[in-house]
Amino acid sequence: MLSVNNISVGYKGLLAVQDVSFQINQGEIVSLIGSNGAGKSTIVKTVAGLMHPVKGEITFEKEPIHTIPPYDVVKKKISMIPEGRQLFGRLSVLDNLLLGSYSLTSNEEIQKTLENVYRLFPILKERKNQRSDTFSGGEQQQLAIARGLMSRPSLLMLDEPSLGLGPKLVSDIFRIIQEINCNGVTILLVEQNVHEALEISHRAYVLQTGRVVLEGKGEELLQSDLVRQAYLGM
Amino acid sequence: MPEQLLQQIVNGLMIGFMYSLVAIGLTLIWGVMNIVNFAHGDFLMIGMFTSFWLFTIFGLDPLFSIPICFLLLFILGIAIYRFIVSKVMKGPMLAQLVVTFGISIFLSNLAVYFWTPDFRLISTTFLQGTWDVGGINISVPKAIASIGSVITSICLFLFMKKTKTGKAILATEMNRESALLMGINTERINSLSFGIGAALVGVAGAFLSTYYYIYPQVGGLFGTIAFAVVALGGFGSIEGAFIAGILVGLAQTLGGFYFDPSYKYAIVFMIYLITIWIRPQGLLGW
Ligand SMILES: Nc1ncnc2c1ncn2[C@@H]1O[C@H](COP(=O)(O)OP(=O)(O)OP(=O)(O)O)[C@@H](O)[C@H]1O
Ligand SMILES: [Mg+2]
Repeated sequence: MLSVNNISVGYKGLLAVQDVSFQINQGEIVSLIGSNGAGKSTIVKTVAGLMHPVKGEITFEKEPIHTIPPYDVVKKKISMIPEGRQLFGRLSVLDNLLLGSYSLTSNEEIQKTLENVYRLFPILKERKNQRSDTFSGGEQQQLAIARGLMSRPSLLMLDEPSLGLGPKLVSDIFRIIQEINCNGVTILLVEQNVHEALEISHRAYVLQTGRVVLEGKGEELLQSDLVRQAYLGM
Repeated sequence: MPEQLLQQIVNGLMIGFMYSLVAIGLTLIWGVMNIVNFAHGDFLMIGMFTSFWLFTIFGLDPLFSIPICFLLLFILGIAIYRFIVSKVMKGPMLAQLVVTFGISIFLSNLAVYFWTPDFRLISTTFLQGTWDVGGINISVPKAIASIGSVITSICLFLFMKKTKTGKAILATEMNRESALLMGINTERINSLSFGIGAALVGVAGAFLSTYYYIYPQVGGLFGTIAFAVVALGGFGSIEGAFIAGILVGLAQTLGGFYFDPSYKYAIVFMIYLITIWIRPQGLLGW
């Protein structure tokens, strides 16, 4: 479904990602793991069109997408939930959700999507008129995920959705991600909560200083020495 | 005495609503692009001259010039953004300041070149005379202009709060990267906002032309006051600019009344300085 082929991406000439390749198949949950500064966010931003590779190519359903702007990437049904939620703080919950569906044109479709999202996150329906910056961290993350679903993506990319959440909320978020996946959405998950991420992932890629150093099935990586030592502290 | 005071309050409100409308356009441009548009006052001047020439050549009453001023300034704003301002958006802040300052000087000098520095007035609109409301004199053109300004301001509020495009502008203002991820073409939002900001001040120009002197440098005074209004209300806040415009209008007339008319602008700027001293982000800023 998504194919990232030998991309290099940089900030002002400095390469943050070098010669990275990975694939995601329809229906999978794939994780990108790695420590701070490994280049995980840079990769999802590049797939989303916020950045463009200096080398390599990205195809989605066989079409190249690495040169198009982010507002056209959304129309291809790729949605990204950025690190740190990045909500529209002074707008209401409902307005945040409606902006999530900016790329949709049919009102009927928007209403239907809204109902689906409310079913997944009932609290958002109860509080739809509340300003989003008055939400707690966990509620904000739910809203960020819900907003990302409002464009009806077939590929959803989440950049560290568990960041700053307590253990209870972290497992809630992972459960929701699995549920979204069961509903037919393919998932690219960036995480530092390596254990939980690998447990729900079909496959994963380990990133170090801008390069893929390991890939494999979720449970395989959980057993690998590199992952156990570097990320699980075992 | 209370009657005189009431008279000053009415005068203050009437000029205040004009300031609000001028400042709303400026704060919108700032909010979306973080650009100080020094040419804003000159857009007002162009609106005033448009109305003046439509009246002088075609006998068109300024009230009918409003949609023309709106459209003309909208197009001019978009063109100036696309062809000039957008080129320096990624450059240093100073380049942006210099560019809008340059446009300001260019426009006012162009007006001097074509129309001489003379002061002009539209003498015979069908808005003339004064109403006497319980001993208070209300100039008809000023009253109509201020009501028109309030209506225009309300239209903008509704546009921003209720329409998809308005919300996209607010979203871009709050978080450009998220807006892009939602599917919003933020570059288009930039030029649209610049166009709307210019169009609003164009409408203000048409209203103002019914009673104010029309001359190439008129933008200087209004532009400067608009900056104070925007800062007082909070950079980027439309509601803030609306309220601050009224406050500045009142401060100006009441200050002129209680102290001395020649101090009225000094009083306005003193209030501004005190406010940002206590609350640097302005009244409704964030
Ligand atoms: N805006 C930027 N300008 C310059 N360098 C940047 C910028 N953003 C990221 N980098 C650099 O690029 C590299 C990869 O950053 P990236 O944000 O992709 O890492 P990450 O894996 O997401 O890390 P984290 O887990 O901390 O979010 C880092 O060395 C970082 O310092
Ligand atoms: Mg990151």
